[in-house]
Amino acid sequence: MSPRGGPAGIVPNDPRGRVVVESSSVGNVSLLPGSGGEVADAIAVHRSQWELFRRRFMRHKAALVSIGVLVFLFVVCFGASVFAPYPPDAQDLLLGPVGPSAAHWFGTDELGRDELSRIMYAGQISLKIGIAVALLSTFVGTVLGAIAGFIGNATDQALMRLTDLFLIVPGIAILAIALKKFGHDDVTIILVLAALFWTYVARVVRGQILSLKEKEFVEAARASGASNTRIIVKHLFPNIVGPVVVNATLAVAAAIITESTLSFLGFGVQPPATSWGNMLSDAEGYVGTDRAYLLYFPGLAILLTVLAVNFLGDGLRDAFDPQSGHS
Amino acid sequence: MSEGSAEPLLEVRDLSVVFPTDEGPLQAVDNVSFRVEEHEVLGVVGESGSGKTVTQLAILGLLPTRATITGSARFRGRELIGLPDDEMRPIRGNEIAIIFQDALAALNPVHTIGDQIAEAISVHHDTTDREMRERIIELLDLVGIPNPSERADQYPHEYSGGMRQRAMIAMSIANDPALLIADEPTTALDVTLQAQVLEVLERVQDRTNSSIVMITHDLGVVAGIAERVVVMYAGRRVEEAPVDDLFETPSHPYSLGLLASLPRLDQRSHGQRLYRIKGQPPSLVDRPLGCAFHPRCEFATVPDPCATQVPEAREVGPGHFSACHHTDQLVGLTPAQLRERAAT
Amino acid sequence: MLTYIARRVLYSIPVILLASFLLFAFVRVTFDPTAKLRNSREGAAAVARETKRLGLDRPLVEQYGDWLGKFVQGDWGESERTHDSTSAMITRALGYTVQLIFWGILISAFVAIFVGVYSAVRQYSALDYTFTGLSFIGLALPPFWFGLIAIEFLAVGPKQWFHLSEPPLFFVGLHGTGETGINVDYFRHLALPVLTLTVQIVAGWSRFQRASMLDVMSADYIRTARAKGVPRKRVIIRHGLRNALIPLITVMALDIGALFGGLIITEKIFSIPGMGRLFFDSLVAGDATVLVAWTIVVALFILLFNLLADIFYGFLDPRIRLS
Repeated sequence: MSPRGGPAGIVPNDPRGRVVVESSSVGNVSLLPGSGGEVADAIAVHRSQWELFRRRFMRHKAALVSIGVLVFLFVVCFGASVFAPYPPDAQDLLLGPVGPSAAHWFGTDELGRDELSRIMYAGQISLKIGIAVALLSTFVGTVLGAIAGFIGNATDQALMRLTDLFLIVPGIAILAIALKKFGHDDVTIILVLAALFWTYVARVVRGQILSLKEKEFVEAARASGASNTRIIVKHLFPNIVGPVVVNATLAVAAAIITESTLSFLGFGVQPPATSWGNMLSDAEGYVGTDRAYLLYFPGLAILLTVLAVNFLGDGLRDAFDPQSGHS
Repeated sequence: MSEGSAEPLLEVRDLSVVFPTDEGPLQAVDNVSFRVEEHEVLGVVGESGSGKTVTQLAILGLLPTRATITGSARFRGRELIGLPDDEMRPIRGNEIAIIFQDALAALNPVHTIGDQIAEAISVHHDTTDREMRERIIELLDLVGIPNPSERADQYPHEYSGGMRQRAMIAMSIANDPALLIADEPTTALDVTLQAQVLEVLERVQDRTNSSIVMITHDLGVVAGIAERVVVMYAGRRVEEAPVDDLFETPSHPYSLGLLASLPRLDQRSHGQRLYRIKGQPPSLVDRPLGCAFHPRCEFATVPDPCATQVPEAREVGPGHFSACHHTDQLVGLTPAQLRERAAT
Repeated sequence: MLTYIARRVLYSIPVILLASFLLFAFVRVTFDPTAKLRNSREGAAAVARETKRLGLDRPLVEQYGDWLGKFVQGDWGESERTHDSTSAMITRALGYTVQLIFWGILISAFVAIFVGVYSAVRQYSALDYTFTGLSFIGLALPPFWFGLIAIEFLAVGPKQWFHLSEPPLFFVGLHGTGETGINVDYFRHLALPVLTLTVQIVAGWSRFQRASMLDVMSADYIRTARAKGVPRKRVIIRHGLRNALIPLITVMALDIGALFGGLIITEKIFSIPGMGRLFFDSLVAGDATVLVAWTIVVALFILLFNLLADIFYGFLDPRIRLS
């Protein structure tokens, strides 16, 4: 009996999941051109894919912190009716605008409304729109991109031409015009933004599917008689889950910034509904005055949210594909 | 011919290379020793992961800084391990040159072949433009590239696979290095191209009288061109012998196994399965105690000594060393016999 | 190479035609130039007259054809808001926007390339982490917010805190009253808008350059260069950067194209009468004539720079240039 109780270096099959030879767990050595392959080959450690993913993700401190931050933001914003110190439209005209104080941590606006509470309620709209846009555009984009990439030929060409058109137009401008036409309520904003965002997702997914199609394991599957559906479901989808999830996460960030920008310009969420963006447009005139504090907090809220989402996306990207270089 | 008593061109002693990884330290090269004499062709044989490439890269200081390198490598009496980069540079590409495996990846796609060869020369010598041009054409011609003056101004992707490999050879011999390290130069090529490349290397060696270290996993290549052979396994040297001795009287179970598993046209093996060495190469992070090969070895005695003591290299014949506890059991055993034993 | 360019150009023509038609239709459908007349004294009669005059009762495709004919001849109509010549307005606005773009990308390119290369070559160093952190922040920064904060802390703030007679950096327009030309006043006006514009761009480009450089530096040909004895700095620049710049230049060209229509926020905050400002004013006023011309001009620029990106790529990479 060899001292390890089995052929050296090989751990018994993990009963929990698919067994994959993890050569990239050699970590840094995979960056060694040429000899990396032969060194990596020498390490045949079997682990389940999910465990690998978890390990890699846990290494990404910023992403872990970000999850915490996002959970916090969600709870605070969507639970505003519980957590907010004041109702968002409670005016205190006698008080007027005051800077941050013990009673009002973020100060009040010119109608005496508590900024902190307003920011929490406004967060509901900004976050809701951000996520909805990301989900919708990712869903549509993935389906269309995958179909186009997989079928190829005319369908693919048609999709490419269509997305080309979208990519030529100036984004914010078109969105602004569209919102002017179709209205400014939440659902419309979501639909309009998603109508633009899906094109980016579609192109990415299409690209992925195209490159995957060429890979040998697809040929092998076909050669062993797998049907198209089986190929799509068992072979292609698992491989695009990574980029799709990462993309969707980053889309949330992009959507939040886009909505804020449009609202700031006055083309997005309209008063009396508040989102972080239009809170800032109200505050625009206060630069250089003693009410400038009204500028800081909505902007910081956006910054914090987007930063957290981006770190999360980065951590997910590293966890799905460690070869994409350190963050 | 090797001159055993004179100072070797390259003397490697107890060279070890360790990489830090997530799984723990990875010992890519473990106390490897060998020498390369002047004007000889040394074959270095082993599977992927045996450490054969890493050894050579360590000698030239081309490993990433996180690698820990210990031991000694003396080139013309001068210690190379630990040499600072700016003292190493005049040696690289000048006195010691490497020919890499995948010529398409190893050549910069945005510079012409001529420019890349010129660079190999200009970083070490001053020449006039004319001399440079002449030298480039001379080199391309030496390696058998047709229309060298046109070809010199072309880009790597415009060459065919075999031509590219030869262009790499041309680039590496540009400064007449005393030691040429060829890292699997034929692996990516088909058989006819392999023969061409080997022929070029032989021609080069005739012309320049340099020594060649030929790294390969292909025993056929070794038989064709090498004078002496070092066999590596799991980062260690397991056998070293003159080439004929290795093929006729291999003295290590691994070498025996390798030779036995070569399909032979002259055997009446109809109905007989191909021999293979059982098991898999070990993890370099988690290597077996004692002899690295023992889990796969037919002659191993466990636990003692094969699983407890790392075998030292013992001389089993003139210039023939083997790192095995049971070399006496292997005396006279041929690969054919090994095959027969396995078949029964 | 020439066929490659020709093919790309030829392909672009139907794209721009289709895009311009769609944009035309989209704007026309969104804005009704006769809306204001509905409430005028003459009411319906005025509406009918204007409709006839502007040809709004004809099929959309016909209207487009008509418009296209005039457009290519340089007649872009009259602004409904200012009654100025649309082409004159757009040309003037372009003048301002181009200045911002020019300075912005000049600075961004230098900084991004330097940061990207440094971060890749000295990966995991303290400065690399710092740069990475800053890029993340830069990418997450809402541009409109940064502009306002910049004004607060770099212009208005210092003026108040240090009791200056005027802010150290200006934030309205590109020149003070009466000033022209490229002088200190000009740069004091440029500083903040260009800073705002640069922050986002640099963040994206430097991350991209870092990734591209890391990719390239782990390539086999880098190892070959070192094995030849090439000095480190030369390896980084002649072998590394030379290859890593190719994709970056493509990205840069695309981003520049997008900037022509993308400076709406910056120009609004800093009161610069460029394309962005023009769009904003026109949209608020519902000035369809200008909006149509504006969107199509911007689309043309985006298309042009897309083309340039492809051409540069083909030119810089001999594998494409010579096939």
